[in-house]
Amino acid sequence: MDPVLLVASIMVSATPILLAAIGEMVVQKAGVLNLGVEGMMITGAVVGFAAAVSTGSPVVGFLAAALASAVLSLSFGFLTQVLLSNQVATGLGLTLVGLGLSALVGAGFEGVRAPGMGKLWIPGLAEIPVIGPMFFRHDFMVYVSLLLVAAVWGFLKYTRAGLILRAVGEDHESAHALGYKVVRVRMAAIFFGGACAGLGGAYVSLVRVPQWTEGMTAGAGWIALAIVVFASWRAFGVLIGAYLFGGVTVLQLNLQAAGAKVPVELLSMSPYLITILVLVIISARGVHGAPGSLGRSFHASA
Amino acid sequence: MIRLEKRPQPSRLWTIVTPLLAVVLTMVVGGIMFALLGKPPLEAIRTIFWDPLFHPQFAAYSRPQLLVKAGPLILIAIGLSIGFKAGIWNIGAEGQYIMGAVTGAAVGLAFYPSESVLLFPLTVVAGALGGWAWAMIPAVLKTKLGTNEILVSLMLVYVAENILASASASWLRSPEGMGFPGSRNFKQWPAVHNDELIAGTGMHWGVVAAFIAVIGAYVLMARHIQGFNIRLTGEAPRAARFSGVSPARIVFLCLGISGALAGMAGLFEVTGPAGQITIDFNSGYGFTAIIVAFLGRLHPVGILLAGLLMALTYIGGELAQLMLGLPGASIQLFQGMLLFFLLATDVFTNYRIRFAKGELA
Repeated sequence: MDPVLLVASIMVSATPILLAAIGEMVVQKAGVLNLGVEGMMITGAVVGFAAAVSTGSPVVGFLAAALASAVLSLSFGFLTQVLLSNQVATGLGLTLVGLGLSALVGAGFEGVRAPGMGKLWIPGLAEIPVIGPMFFRHDFMVYVSLLLVAAVWGFLKYTRAGLILRAVGEDHESAHALGYKVVRVRMAAIFFGGACAGLGGAYVSLVRVPQWTEGMTAGAGWIALAIVVFASWRAFGVLIGAYLFGGVTVLQLNLQAAGAKVPVELLSMSPYLITILVLVIISARGVHGAPGSLGRSFHASA
Repeated sequence: MIRLEKRPQPSRLWTIVTPLLAVVLTMVVGGIMFALLGKPPLEAIRTIFWDPLFHPQFAAYSRPQLLVKAGPLILIAIGLSIGFKAGIWNIGAEGQYIMGAVTGAAVGLAFYPSESVLLFPLTVVAGALGGWAWAMIPAVLKTKLGTNEILVSLMLVYVAENILASASASWLRSPEGMGFPGSRNFKQWPAVHNDELIAGTGMHWGVVAAFIAVIGAYVLMARHIQGFNIRLTGEAPRAARFSGVSPARIVFLCLGISGALAGMAGLFEVTGPAGQITIDFNSGYGFTAIIVAFLGRLHPVGILLAGLLMALTYIGGELAQLMLGLPGASIQLFQGMLLFFLLATDVFTNYRIRFAKGELA
């Protein structure tokens, strides 16, 4: 296999998980465990696909996907933050609702092809031999995802709002005592996480597969959750994790295409097995960096 | 402004009322959804919830189906509920269900064409062990290495699906299937066929096992010291540790029970209603059972009722698909909404709503 093509396809393969994972990392940094990533992704996939097919514009598709998933995520936010429901159960519920909703909306779109997405040649850089085709001739969402990682990193590290978000996630009681609006901050984080998951889902249906099939995200949302753990809640760790996973996915697909002497099913399950393996290695090393209030409900009892 | 005030004790009344309220809310919102789809809402609701039980033409067929569908849901949900009580989130029941079916079927098929009466019990044990073993993976990783059981058990669902694909395409494929994927049909092999016990009732061994599991879980949780330990671990993990409860043992116990029950459910399904190992014999029962467990308030009797209700939505959904052309996916959404509304209305169980002046935090 041509290494240039390999690197280029790893970037495409990693992008949906990268988008979903960076959003979920922000949510978790605010102290909320939203297990509904898979449901938000699949909703983004179907809404993005429907919008792009109807308007002929992938950009509209991505915007619609981000909005739809973000709005859906607010239902999770309302349940967990206002009605104080259990975050694990509500996240699962969100995934089940998302899977049902997407199957319903998508029924009319099976077998339709997505409008093509142009490649964005970065001026100057795209012409460099080898490096150019590897890194600088992708669709715009690949760059958006990378910029998003950098933006999240900068936001959390250098801005006051980022500091407040981390404080809310680390110790919501103290943050509340200091006068920060815990629920409001968390709602904003959940909304952002939903939008990112929607973009990731739309990337699957508009670029990676360019069509709609029921349940097409096939666990990508769960893998995004695993990558947040892998990354120890750091933006660049998320980037590395998503690209490693993208690499595994591309390699196994290439092995399948090359007719390797390994059963197809073993290759197909390898991304999931490797995710488990990575989780095991991370846990053995000791999980560091988890926000202190992660997954706990906050109720101002004053 | 509305203010929430934590109740010292969860309200007993609301514990019972919230599932009913959730059902009503789901019906209302579901009705709106059906109307948006251009279907008559009231007729749709009636077709789903009433006709399978009382329609003169369909009830004879669909009443037995109620037990057929509820059996595996109850069996799996009972196992899950025990873990949920202890704060152990086994989300991978679907995988344990698949592995139970594959293991049980493989052991059974190894003895083909034996007609021994011991064969069926043997496959049941093998199915339970298969599901148990699959659940032990997240259990071992959690207790030895602290790995998150939610993610591991879920990843294992996708692994199990691939094992199922490989089983039905190659190593369990019927030699008489003319190359088509799928194992031998258990319905044509009396020694292993999980047939109706009383004709026309839908009652098969899986349903019997589900009833036994309901009673067993009730006894365990209400009367047995381990049940107390499980509840204590979920409600006050530190107190549990101080009183000598080993968290690792609770993890093994809870995941083991739910894995074995899910595995058994898979075996009963594959030797009964499904009839053979095929790439998609599993119909998402492992995930729907999560809804059943919560809807039943993690209580054995509640789960029994919730399982029957959820089975009704499956059967009524199929009927509505047939009669009104309602999309199959709308039922899936319906079931998801049920869980969502339940979690939303649960606030009444744990909190008192106060109307007062003041700002919401």
